[in-house]
Amino acid sequence: MTDVLSFIHFIVNGVMDFLVSIGAPDLIMAGIFYLMAAVTVLSALGVVLMRNVVHSALMLTASFIGVGCLYIYMNASFMGAVQFLVYGGAVAVLIVMAIMLTRRPDMAHSNPSRGALHQLGAAIVAAVFCLVMLIVSMASPFRTEASHLGDEVKGIADLMLTEYVLPFEVAAVLLLIAMIGAIILAKGVSENDA
Amino acid sequence: METGIVMTVANLIRGILMLILGNEFIVSVIMKLIGIGAMIGVISFAAILFTYTERKVCAFIQVRLGPNRVGPRGLLQPIADMLKLMSKEDIIPYGVDRVVWALAPMVLFVPSALAYAFFPFDDGAIFADVNVGIFLLIAISSQSVLTFLMAGVASNSKYGMIGAMRAVATSLSYEAPMVFSLLGIVMITGSLRMSDIVAAQQNTVWFIVLQPIAFLIYLTTCFAETNRTPFDFVECESEIVAGAFTEYSGMRWALFFLAEYANLLSISVLTTTFFLGGWSGPILPGFVWFWLKTIFMLMIFLWIRWTFPRVRIDQMMSFGWKVLLPLALVNVLFTGVGIYINRFM
Amino acid sequence: MTLDILHPFSITFMDMMNFATHIGLAHFLLLSAVLFAIGLFGLLTKRGIIPVLMCIELMLNAVNINLVAFNHYMPVDDYSGELMAIFAVAVAACEVAIGVALAFRIYRDRGTVNVDDLNSLKG
Repeated sequence: MTDVLSFIHFIVNGVMDFLVSIGAPDLIMAGIFYLMAAVTVLSALGVVLMRNVVHSALMLTASFIGVGCLYIYMNASFMGAVQFLVYGGAVAVLIVMAIMLTRRPDMAHSNPSRGALHQLGAAIVAAVFCLVMLIVSMASPFRTEASHLGDEVKGIADLMLTEYVLPFEVAAVLLLIAMIGAIILAKGVSENDA
Repeated sequence: METGIVMTVANLIRGILMLILGNEFIVSVIMKLIGIGAMIGVISFAAILFTYTERKVCAFIQVRLGPNRVGPRGLLQPIADMLKLMSKEDIIPYGVDRVVWALAPMVLFVPSALAYAFFPFDDGAIFADVNVGIFLLIAISSQSVLTFLMAGVASNSKYGMIGAMRAVATSLSYEAPMVFSLLGIVMITGSLRMSDIVAAQQNTVWFIVLQPIAFLIYLTTCFAETNRTPFDFVECESEIVAGAFTEYSGMRWALFFLAEYANLLSISVLTTTFFLGGWSGPILPGFVWFWLKTIFMLMIFLWIRWTFPRVRIDQMMSFGWKVLLPLALVNVLFTGVGIYINRFM
Repeated sequence: MTLDILHPFSITFMDMMNFATHIGLAHFLLLSAVLFAIGLFGLLTKRGIIPVLMCIELMLNAVNINLVAFNHYMPVDDYSGELMAIFAVAVAACEVAIGVALAFRIYRDRGTVNVDDLNSLKG
């Protein structure tokens, strides 16, 4: 019995050592990144290319979730949770509600694009931008080592309430203004309200 | 330090696997897969058990007997329900948006099941003990709001649209008081980790004593978030047939049902973790205490469901925004003052 | 290991494989550039208000990925990059709220959501 077990141990350890020697951990992490990046980019393409605007909104939600997963991949789990909560849980819902409130009779073709020439011009602009970013990011030193910064929540909280407390308070006022503004815009102000 | 039952069993399984396979990493991977299987088993078992429990409790509260034909005392009723649902015809209504309509039940189940990865079942028995546990849990639970919209909008039915809009209004209105009521606990604990929250209640009092208002607010918002009476106008039969789920039949509806009961169990677990001390308790092992407290909270949820009438949607919205949210903010203020006094006196 | 762009033939296959398997700052910058470009393309070609809003959100997401990636991969000593991203998320949420309210109002008053028809300030 024991030599069957030690034979199995030998095989399993051999396979694991081989996988480590060809760099499997990095490969797996890279594979996870490419998977999530593919989800994000394909969903973003779906937002732009789909003809039904409800489908576009749902692909936008998928893109938000992909970006949130990328934040968690980068060890920024607080930022990932903020992304899920704000973008996936609130912004996406707002956009779908807006689509519901501005419904057209035919929903299946409610996301028109401009003419082909327009699209060609926009595609060229976008491609040139991508090319410039490619050259810039390739010509700078590669950085693959993550910075070890300590506890994220404590770090963000320390910064937000000491050094950046003014932007924090201004953001709070901005949210209040946005809420009041949205209510007034949507509800309308009539003469007898003033 | 002695560990609980779950970790002892897990270490036993890990020891056996190490004996067979002999490699740390593969054993860890297999243990994670076993953990996932255990969580899905818990969800399925809970769903099966709750169909029976809910109907029996409802019956006893309404002074009648409930299911008592299938099996002794009706204990095989869930199996009959499952067989019935599996054998129903899958009706696809005319004019639905096929892909979105079919995906909605599956996408609804994902956040409900994913939340189970953050629950502390026992000492050290959390599947993913991340630094931002409670926040990530809230963030993932908030993803289920959009799936109601998906189901309702794609259904090409007026009941579906109304139910979906009501579901979104409820969920969004009650998310803010829920998060602010949990903020009091996080302030006292000083950390967002789920295991820290349980550990902070282990040697001192439970948080229900320190934060009674937050407990009541959290209880109320749990009802709203899981669409149970008194906030179940989303799917009430007397008004909008079945709301967002009207056009689903058979196994698709069973998926919604499964998600709803998974949500019920998860709010029971979360209430015990946040307010009743999680798995900590004096004499019995942690695992037993955990399930005792969870079943206690579950019975309270069932009791309230079958006792109170349904509120109107405008009453619900005004209650959420005008009563619960200011109360939760006042609770946070008092908690902050109390912590300050406690720390510097 | 920099890439000498004046001598492209000095990149070997092993260099490319090394680049592809070790995820670093450049990958995230490229991803955010592609996301931004897709949002830009949508912004320039879409005709309805709501799709334009969605593309603006895509671009804001791309910028946030950029910020957090720089915070994670460069030798900084605090989390200011992520903090900036959190503020950007807050501002983006405000902007979507106002944009949706405006879209709803425009649809109610003018009956159209086509951005080409909204070309007069009067009325």
